[in-house]
Amino acid sequence: MSNQVFVKMENICKSFGTVRANHNVNFQVNQGEIHALLGENGAGKSTLMNMLSGFYKPDSGSIFIGDQPIVLHSPKDAIKYGVGMIHQHYKLVEVMSAKENITLGQKGSFLINPKKITQEIKAVAEKYGLPIDPDKKIYDMSIGEKQSVEILKVLYAGANILIMDEPTAVLTPQETEKLFVIMRKMAEMGCAIIIITHKLHEVMAVSDRVTILRKGETVTTVDTKSSSPKELTDLMVGAQVDLSIDRPQVKRGLESLKVNKLNAYDENKVHVLDDISFSMYSGEILGVAGVAGSGQKELCEAIAGLYPITSGEVIYDNENLVGHSPAEIIKKGITMSFIPEDRLGMGLVASMDMIDNYLIKDHHNQKGLFLKRKPIENLCNEMIHKLDIKTPSVFHPVKQLSGGNIQKVLIGREIETNPHILITAYAVRGLDINASHTIYDLVNEQKKKGVAVLFIGEDLDVLLELCDRIMVVCDGKVMGIVDAAQTSKEALGFMMAGQKMEVLHD
Amino acid sequence: MINMKKRTAIKPSQSILIRVTAVILAFITSSLFIALMGHNPLSVYSSMFDGAFGTHYRIIETLKVAIPIILASIGIMIAFKMKFWNIGGEGQILMGAFMATFFALQFDHLPKPLLLFFMFIGGFVGGGLWALIPAYFKEKYDTNETIITLMLNYIALKWITYLQYGPWKDPAAKGFPKIANFSDQAILPKLFDLHIGWIITLAIVIIISAMMKYSKWGYYITVIGESRDTARYSGINIKKTVISAVFISGGICGLVGFIQASAVEQTLSVGLSAGYGFTAIITTWLSALIPMIIIPASILFAALVKGGSFIQTAFQIPNSAAEVLQSMILFFVIGSEFFAKYTLAWHKKERSIK
Amino acid sequence: MTSFLISVVIAGTPLLFATLGEIITEKSGHLNLGVEGMMLVGAVAGFGFGIITGNPIVAILGAMVAGALTALIYGFLTITLRANQVVSGLALTIFGTGFSSYIGTNFIGKKMPDNIIEFYKPIEIPLLSKIPFIGQIFFNQDIFVYLGYLTVIALGIYLYKTNIGMNLRAIGENPSAADGAGIRVSWYKYVHILIGGALCGLGGAYLSVVEVPAWQDNITAGRGWIAIALVIFSKWNPYKAIFAAYFFGGLSIAGFRLQHLSIPQSLLDALPYLFTIVVLVISSMKKSQENAPPKGLSVPYFREER
Repeated sequence: MSNQVFVKMENICKSFGTVRANHNVNFQVNQGEIHALLGENGAGKSTLMNMLSGFYKPDSGSIFIGDQPIVLHSPKDAIKYGVGMIHQHYKLVEVMSAKENITLGQKGSFLINPKKITQEIKAVAEKYGLPIDPDKKIYDMSIGEKQSVEILKVLYAGANILIMDEPTAVLTPQETEKLFVIMRKMAEMGCAIIIITHKLHEVMAVSDRVTILRKGETVTTVDTKSSSPKELTDLMVGAQVDLSIDRPQVKRGLESLKVNKLNAYDENKVHVLDDISFSMYSGEILGVAGVAGSGQKELCEAIAGLYPITSGEVIYDNENLVGHSPAEIIKKGITMSFIPEDRLGMGLVASMDMIDNYLIKDHHNQKGLFLKRKPIENLCNEMIHKLDIKTPSVFHPVKQLSGGNIQKVLIGREIETNPHILITAYAVRGLDINASHTIYDLVNEQKKKGVAVLFIGEDLDVLLELCDRIMVVCDGKVMGIVDAAQTSKEALGFMMAGQKMEVLHD
Repeated sequence: MINMKKRTAIKPSQSILIRVTAVILAFITSSLFIALMGHNPLSVYSSMFDGAFGTHYRIIETLKVAIPIILASIGIMIAFKMKFWNIGGEGQILMGAFMATFFALQFDHLPKPLLLFFMFIGGFVGGGLWALIPAYFKEKYDTNETIITLMLNYIALKWITYLQYGPWKDPAAKGFPKIANFSDQAILPKLFDLHIGWIITLAIVIIISAMMKYSKWGYYITVIGESRDTARYSGINIKKTVISAVFISGGICGLVGFIQASAVEQTLSVGLSAGYGFTAIITTWLSALIPMIIIPASILFAALVKGGSFIQTAFQIPNSAAEVLQSMILFFVIGSEFFAKYTLAWHKKERSIK
Repeated sequence: MTSFLISVVIAGTPLLFATLGEIITEKSGHLNLGVEGMMLVGAVAGFGFGIITGNPIVAILGAMVAGALTALIYGFLTITLRANQVVSGLALTIFGTGFSSYIGTNFIGKKMPDNIIEFYKPIEIPLLSKIPFIGQIFFNQDIFVYLGYLTVIALGIYLYKTNIGMNLRAIGENPSAADGAGIRVSWYKYVHILIGGALCGLGGAYLSVVEVPAWQDNITAGRGWIAIALVIFSKWNPYKAIFAAYFFGGLSIAGFRLQHLSIPQSLLDALPYLFTIVVLVISSMKKSQENAPPKGLSVPYFREER
């Protein structure tokens, strides 16, 4: 690792509408180093890097590569200066092969020369130890393979400054380890690598230096070796915070929902739910861990009556719910609340105000042809007060609220019905630490009330602290159900990667 | 350098202002073309206005055109609100007229109110059923409704042509291919010099705006239009809502057919829909899918139609010029929506100085 | 029978150009429902340039430029201003209908100069036209028809064998990915929407300059809409488009041929429209990963979207 400054960003400002995403941010990366960009959700990490990769234009400030001041108008310009970004949501064309994706936009001959390209790609792939089949279509690939394609795409374009936005979010702990090996190899070869993350242990494990952002501003840059997770957390959050999550001891109640041998296929005939069986108990939080796309979303929707089920049962109070629509389930007097992963795409209507969004659930309770909005207005005002929702008024479109407040509106609506069962999918995605803790507290409150909670999460640390039991899924199958207090992250990781474990019997 | 940014919110008053500005800009741009053709734009516009509103008679004539546009726009608005792109207004109007005519020709012995009532129902059901065809396939197989509704326009047209030249040809017309005129029983009465189609239209505008705003059904339509996933999640019966809404959408267009056949043409003919189904698409979009704004927008377009034919005689400008003017307005309004969603910021070119 | 099939190819040719034009447009992620409008503008321009200049080449070039300029309106609305593609396309058709009818009032009753008619007379291709049966149907046709074959092949190679074509497909599928790879998304979109417009204009010109050849209002009579359905039918593949276009060309003239069957003409005229619906429904019944519409179709792209 040399100490030569490779990239320098000075006094960068950027705002979206009224949201100030970056304010006078300063940032430097040296050649051959792995530099972590640490900050909470919403701290402005991705925004900053999107400016370095030409996706966004800064409102003010300057960027230097080497000593040269540069202005980036597009990703094309960034590529020219050797900057490549691997986005959190992969930017790949699904119907094309790895090869086509990698050569996309590259200067080449008029006609495509498939053989020559295959050779070139294989050469780059071997150099960095990235296994890949150039002719495989993206839609046939696993998430890990897709990530390899993304990395190769950037390397093939000749990038020596690599930005990786939350690259481990969708990987198992073991896959993450492999990725770190590749990252170190790239750094050794003289690349500068920037990894955006909010996971402290990854910062400690892989980076040479860390820059911490908070609320759109640079806090400081420190050497990883001379720092500690505790110090980094305090820098990241700004105040001394208690990071531990409560797990209130509640006496587990009766079985309230039993899922028995549930099977479902998606529209491409993929077996998305494969013989899933488990039970939920009142006063207990059952966590669900798994790599993204292992069937979590389908499981939630299947229980809520939104996903077509081929076989199996969902039993509530001796009655099978399979085959009933959500409206029928509600009419049976079962209050099941479901907080979907896609807040503004499924749980709420972005352009509607709080009242109309409240009606998304409440319309079932209203009799007659017309809707009564006045009583709902009062309920919403109560909710604003109770959950401390920051909004100008109940008549404000929900999309204009911050992520945390949007989530509060959604959860508030769902717990308002005093549910027996609460299903949450990625409830804290995109929220900062404080907002996340508010959500954990709300979920714990429900648990104390005797609600049976299904908590789908992505951060294993959170699952381990919050949940009573954790069910691990992989490829639509249950890999095991374990006691959260007695398991480890490594054990969960192996199960997420497909290793079966003993199912915890009650 | 121009930088583009997404706006956060826009007040309704701003949104209306942007649209009005767009319409004015469309007129200004069109006046350039009129000037190029060697006419004085101001005198062309003022004689268009004169042609549309100059006398009591002309006002009535303009309103006669506005009625079908308003009514068809209301129908189309319901479908558009769900992002169901019903561009089959023409066909639905014709099929509504066909069913109404069926009653008018077959049951002309019935007392007038009863016959008109049957024709009303016939028109509604005719248009509604015609619209159900694309709705069924859309819900069943997710088939593109835009093209089907459009194809059905042509099929309806060919069907009426067939009737006009074949089974329904009036033997009394001495070989001329036309369908028999309605008897007095089948003709809508007038109130204040204008056939009572205007009362029907007004009533429907009020009922539909109330339904869209206050009823469960209207709420469901809005949710489905905004996000089908949310609608599914909330337990709304999507199929039922879409099918009923498209039936009503087509039905209201069918009523246009009934009114035009009964009160204006007093028979059934291929020219009966007169492009109202298409014009209504423009006016619907122009009014941002708000029922109350549909009325002024439609009157504006009716005035363009009437004014257009007036200047044809006054200036020898072909009638189709009015159509070009209409599409200009539409272009500008569509384009103006950009300014409701984004703002532009002018930047001085920045240089990084070391 | 041969003479019927010859006229099938002729009737299918305007559909072919329009379908190819819409395929290339949709590949860039834009659903342009203004095909009918662009064809009409192309038709009136082709006819106008034909009778004014008396030059057959100028006539079709004029039609292409006119079609492309019409598409430019749509391009500006949907690319730069990110307007709703469905409504913009509809507006384009309304514009094309009005504009062509307005310009066309000057051309009613005018005759195409003889040299142009002569130029577009069927030309027998040596050897190929001697193939039994097929030869006379496909290789004793006018230049336009041959141009149609060439366009199909050129477009096929362009889309599937060249780097530019691959970039274009990527834009239609995932503009953000293409942008990230350094492809100039807006530029590509403009270019291909304009090419699409030019091809639609060409299709229109074939009607007014060669097939009819005279000006009449609404000369396309819904062919533009059928072309949009044919794009779906041919699964966005130019090679399949040629079969689709000729099949529908056949349907559209079946009316004249089947008159003796004592089915009324107007009902037979409804056949192509009816078949379009049938085809659409059938193609929507089976869906797959490949052969699907471009994923980015009718979604406006804004790089700084959050």
